[in-house]
Amino acid sequence: MKYTEEHEWLADADGVVTVGITAHAAEQLGDIVFVELPEVGSAVAKDDEIVVIESVKAASDIMAPLDGEIVAVNEAIVEEPGKVNEDPEGEAWFFKIKPSDPGQMADYMDEAAYKDFIG
Amino acid sequence: MSDLKRTALYDLHLELGAKMVPFAGWEMPVQYGPGVMKEHLHTRAAAGLFDVSHMGQVILRGPGAAEALERLVPVDVMGLAEGRQRYALFTNEDGGIIDDLMVANKGDHLLLVVNAARAEVDLAHMREHLPEIEIDHITGRALIALQGSMAEDALAALNPAAREMRFMDVTEMDLAGATCWVSRSGYTGEDGYEISVPNTMGPRLAKALLENADVQPVGLGARDSLRLEAGLCLYGSDIDETTSPVEAGLTWAIQKVRRGGGAREGGFPGAERILRELTDGPARKRVGLLPEGRAPMRAHTALFAAEDGGEAVGEITSGAFGPSIGWPMSMGYVPADLAAEGTALWGEVRGKRLPVSVAPLPFQAQTYKR
Repeated sequence: MKYTEEHEWLADADGVVTVGITAHAAEQLGDIVFVELPEVGSAVAKDDEIVVIESVKAASDIMAPLDGEIVAVNEAIVEEPGKVNEDPEGEAWFFKIKPSDPGQMADYMDEAAYKDFIG
Repeated sequence: MSDLKRTALYDLHLELGAKMVPFAGWEMPVQYGPGVMKEHLHTRAAAGLFDVSHMGQVILRGPGAAEALERLVPVDVMGLAEGRQRYALFTNEDGGIIDDLMVANKGDHLLLVVNAARAEVDLAHMREHLPEIEIDHITGRALIALQGSMAEDALAALNPAAREMRFMDVTEMDLAGATCWVSRSGYTGEDGYEISVPNTMGPRLAKALLENADVQPVGLGARDSLRLEAGLCLYGSDIDETTSPVEAGLTWAIQKVRRGGGAREGGFPGAERILRELTDGPARKRVGLLPEGRAPMRAHTALFAAEDGGEAVGEITSGAFGPSIGWPMSMGYVPADLAAEGTALWGEVRGKRLPVSVAPLPFQAQTYKR
């Protein structure tokens, strides 16, 4: 598992990376009431704003952590945004991306580094 | 947050795990551990305790206080019975709203509760225009709101007289050893009470109420979503110095006696515009708005009459997710000819026009004990 400074987690399995937000991020955002996901099949570039997430407090964007193609999105969290608060690092993943440059994964933190990062 | 004022319940908020934020010059709890959504739902299902001590409490004394106050509000104050409270508005010369407030007739004086952010403006306004009236800004008392379907049971456990009150009654009552000024009113659409208590006794009263498992502390975050579901205006967002009471749909607060043909017609700032709008209708109206999709349309979202092209026809003034209705909700101003229920409009969110329709207010039925 890798982590970004934007509080995303990245789980690589056989060349497809599943992306979600960390429990720390979900806690900070508060109750999540709206999620907008990218279209399956879309090509995205690292740092593109591809997800909109709104909590009771405010709207925020989630950026693509890698260049690649979106190969799946989790419609369940669009229907029930509250799932993101319940299980952010499990069932409430956001999207799966097939990276065009898997080497970009090396830019991100491991779990120990992320724990230090959030203090 | 060193320049911010603290209420008498500040230490209690910290003990209860509140997240404190600056609000109108005060350091206030925006939420506690459970978070906005759970606090909101708990209030309707049981009872929420809110610290609203930041609001301004003002006493007007003198035999002519009610008559004098009518010079500043389009409201029947002289006809307000002793032991009763009523919603009022300070209007300006242009017919806009300086503040909205509660006025209670307590026999030998009037008790006003005004918005925290407007207290200084209101005091200066009253001192300028009501020189013959003794005006006393009460800073030695906290204000606690107890709101929700179980509020009556919770307060009656401390004093059974709470059950005898009906909506908008005011009285004095002993609670947890303190002499409190109690009104049966609130800002959530639920039955409930607002309790003025001496600062020194505030924490003790709050703790006595919180000992009841049905009562949980609720922050300003849920206070805002509760009032929006109830269709209630927030000063500075939904009403301000440019919006008239008629545009804002607050005509119910202007009694017949102050309207055209009434015994005390006009005689308040902006009467010319306000009485004209009462007769002819306003150019724009505050309406409820329900987005078709799940994306909340927040304050300052531009409203359009078509999916493509054209200028904005209005703007959203409050918008949030409604935990009890399970859907986003907004209020805003639209031209009078686009204000009918069901009118299809579009709100521009992140550069896209999303469908929204004019909806009746409140979004959540009010449950006052009339």
